[in-house]
Amino acid sequence: MESPASAVLAFPTRERWSMRKEHAHLSDEALVAQVARGDEDALGELYDRVGRIAYGLAVRVLRDERLAEDAVQEGFLAVWRSAATFRAERAKASTWILTLVHRRAVDLVRREERRRTEPLGDDTPAASAEAAEPTDEAAWLRFERERVQTALRQLPDVQREALELAYYGGFSQSELAQRLGVPLGTIKSRMFSGLARLRELLDESQEGSWKTEFTS
Amino acid sequence: MENGIHELTAGYALDVLDADERWAYETHLASCERCREELTSFWETAAALAVATSGPAPSPDLRDRILTAAREDRQVVVPLESRRRRRLTPVLGAAAAVAALVALAVGLWASQLSGDLDDARRALERERAAALVLVDPSARTVSLEAGEGRLVVGSDGQAVLVLDGLDPAPEGKTYELWIVEGESASPAGLFSGSEGTDIVALDGTVEPGNVVAVTLEDEGGVQVSENDPIVASESV
Repeated sequence: MESPASAVLAFPTRERWSMRKEHAHLSDEALVAQVARGDEDALGELYDRVGRIAYGLAVRVLRDERLAEDAVQEGFLAVWRSAATFRAERAKASTWILTLVHRRAVDLVRREERRRTEPLGDDTPAASAEAAEPTDEAAWLRFERERVQTALRQLPDVQREALELAYYGGFSQSELAQRLGVPLGTIKSRMFSGLARLRELLDESQEGSWKTEFTS
Repeated sequence: MENGIHELTAGYALDVLDADERWAYETHLASCERCREELTSFWETAAALAVATSGPAPSPDLRDRILTAAREDRQVVVPLESRRRRRLTPVLGAAAAVAALVALAVGLWASQLSGDLDDARRALERERAAALVLVDPSARTVSLEAGEGRLVVGSDGQAVLVLDGLDPAPEGKTYELWIVEGESASPAGLFSGSEGTDIVALDGTVEPGNVVAVTLEDEGGVQVSENDPIVASESV
């Protein structure tokens, strides 16, 4: 059976810009296989496809552009080093890369004591996304972002809050419980239900996505 | 307890677990198909949260910096690399070890683990041991005399064999690792082999002058092999 979330994210190659034509037609997973054989251009192509999102994520977690670049660089070096261990039948390459970059960003932010003492606020880069909408990125990325943000808005507030603080905040779950003043068990169940509900919402909005028509 | 562990899936996907919880969960993952399925799907959903962010574009230099760093970095898991030895450059250290472990956690899912919990735990321990040797900046590479791949030897003598193109062992058979010292060979673990690249940590440590070899044996392995090695390293 196909995993229910397998359709959550797709990164169409059609819209992507690439300098290396021989790599442009390869899937992300095929590129990882090339990287495993020491192909630097394949790593560059993966960066062209996923680097922008990875960087946006790292900035959101770290709130610092230099640290964010470090996190992205180390994430991609981890891809370079361990590409041979990647198993395409278990995870999508883009998901794997974003997981590596996120893990690295979280490890960095946990070291930054400064970050801990800041009050919780909605002053993160993404909160002002409407105002600072980048104009130089691909249409498919803008479309995907809008789709995910719409789904997020449909979540119950407590679930959205738990997911956003957890994923973008870099906190441990016990810190989350403390900050929100709720028992640890409550946080765990909000994160779990939040992810499960978000998965459903994304699956629903996948129907009728233009990507479906253009990439199938 | 078991239910408590299952509940960590969301936290693991969102990276909110502390080191002990991560470790406990990864160990559990090796033996729980349900959690692996759930985690795969939660990871995809978490990646959607990454897409929801937006902000400035990264500096145009970042791409070059990454490619330059990659070029200078030892690529640890490249079977074809055995043909030329590279000077090893410590670049990432402990951070890379963590990242490589995440990659291995993904990779582990695909390995054909038996349903036996102890086997699964042993396999995971081995993968972890392998990752630590592979990201050890002072590790060195030894070419293979026979077989495709290479041997990576850590500073403390722990060794990992990276093999490309070895078919999975036939039904009822297993691959057995050996550390050969002069005329005597000591068993150094069993593995079943998978499609694609195998990365196996040896039990025990190797010393200069030793050779690492692989034979095909009946299930369960043997203490003394009568078979010719399929894979043999050069002298460590």
